[in-house]
Amino acid sequence: MENPRHWRLKKQRYALVGEICPHCAVKIFPPRDVCPECGLEAKTSYQFSGKGKIYSYTKMTDGPAGFRQNAPYFVALIQLNEGPMITAQLTDVGDEEIKIGSPVEMVTRKLREDGDQHGAILYGYKFRPVLQEVSA
Amino acid sequence: MKLLKPENPVGIIGYGAYIPRYRIKTTEIARVWRGEGAGPIREKSVPGPDEDTITMSIEAGRNALARARVAPESIRAIWIGSESHPYAVKPSGTIVAEALGADSSISAADFEFACKAGTEALIAGMGFVGSGMARYMMAIGMDTAQGKPGDVLEYTAAAGGGALILGPAAESAAVLDGAYSYVSDTPDFWRRQTAKYPEHAQRFTGEPAYFDHIGHALRTYLDETGTTAKDYAYVIFHQPNAKFPQKIAKEAGFTPDQLAPGLLSPFIGNTYSGAVPLGLCATLDIARPGDRILAVSFGSGAGSDAFSLTVTSKIDEVRALAPTTQAYINRRTEIDYAVYAKYREKIDFDR
Ligand SMILES: [Zn+2]
Repeated sequence: MENPRHWRLKKQRYALVGEICPHCAVKIFPPRDVCPECGLEAKTSYQFSGKGKIYSYTKMTDGPAGFRQNAPYFVALIQLNEGPMITAQLTDVGDEEIKIGSPVEMVTRKLREDGDQHGAILYGYKFRPVLQEVSA
Repeated sequence: MKLLKPENPVGIIGYGAYIPRYRIKTTEIARVWRGEGAGPIREKSVPGPDEDTITMSIEAGRNALARARVAPESIRAIWIGSESHPYAVKPSGTIVAEALGADSSISAADFEFACKAGTEALIAGMGFVGSGMARYMMAIGMDTAQGKPGDVLEYTAAAGGGALILGPAAESAAVLDGAYSYVSDTPDFWRRQTAKYPEHAQRFTGEPAYFDHIGHALRTYLDETGTTAKDYAYVIFHQPNAKFPQKIAKEAGFTPDQLAPGLLSPFIGNTYSGAVPLGLCATLDIARPGDRILAVSFGSGAGSDAFSLTVTSKIDEVRALAPTTQAYINRRTEIDYAVYAKYREKIDFDR
């Protein structure tokens, strides 16, 4: 049987599932069951669009074990379109200039894996420059 | 009756492509190995260091869901065909299902049949939906193929694929007319459980493998449906290179124009299980209502699946709801062999 808290963490990490406050409609990420605005209980799950903007960023030239294949890489503070601010790694940064205000979108990628090819692979959200504007 | 046709008519209600952004020129691979290159294949797609068949399936799956306009909870099966599942034991399907927001009351399975694992999942899905066991299912063909450094396969082994959501024909953007599968025990290409790179029997890859199986599937499908090349607007063949699909197309009476939209190997290389689903996504991106599309896959070991579709007027509603295949092809960052070797874990960091 699966631990419900663990299950919710996976949804949050794989697909940016947070919460919406039923009282004041504030969108919450990561989910914490209590609204940061009005202080009331907020347990309704909410699927974020994955769209946002870079608020701030830094370039990492070396990484800890499990991240070294990826170096150099960017870590950014991202303001989601729905409001919350989150920290995430940027990926697929090509010729685009990374700057404050650049639009980004969420993708699910490998976060970490054991270098010896024996361990489990951890997947989670990262952000990349927007591929193609799509009319929703 | 050799045709595979479900009780209730089935169609594609959503489709989604994925191709990673990195490219290596085949001339760059030839420079390192002093090899001959890969003819008309100019470059191949390379996955980033944080990508694998699971992450690529998730993105293609999200694109397909956006076009299908159905809740992820309504998908009753997610079947992923690949020869590069990240785990030898642990299904890719469960992780992809979780990330897509599918319900836990779902069939999630991984299919393996070399390069035709994706169409295998599609044909099984036709039965699953056509029998009424499921209203919607998702079939994915996706690969991050690798060739031994310096081997002839290294020039073309690429990454990419497509996700297709099947549902009732009445809701679909393209109705599946029927399918046919042909297999025989042929030792042309294989990879043992713990081997990183595949082996291939050089003399087996052309005539007795690709052309024989695709030829059988194609001829039987055309005979059984009473159709000829002229009845189809577009055709997609498995594309391990550019030459094989061009040769079989010409022999069967298809024009280069019928083949062009779904022939992506000159631009991104051979995406293995991803090749036919991706070629189909690229073709659906430009197809018009009423167009018929024929697709014929090939998988080593060996076998071929043929199936055709009739595009409906819904195609115009769904097309713009997710990125086009061309958007992924156009988004490219060229890398050299050293970066490629790092990304594809040909350099060992930890030993
Ligand atoms: Zn509130």
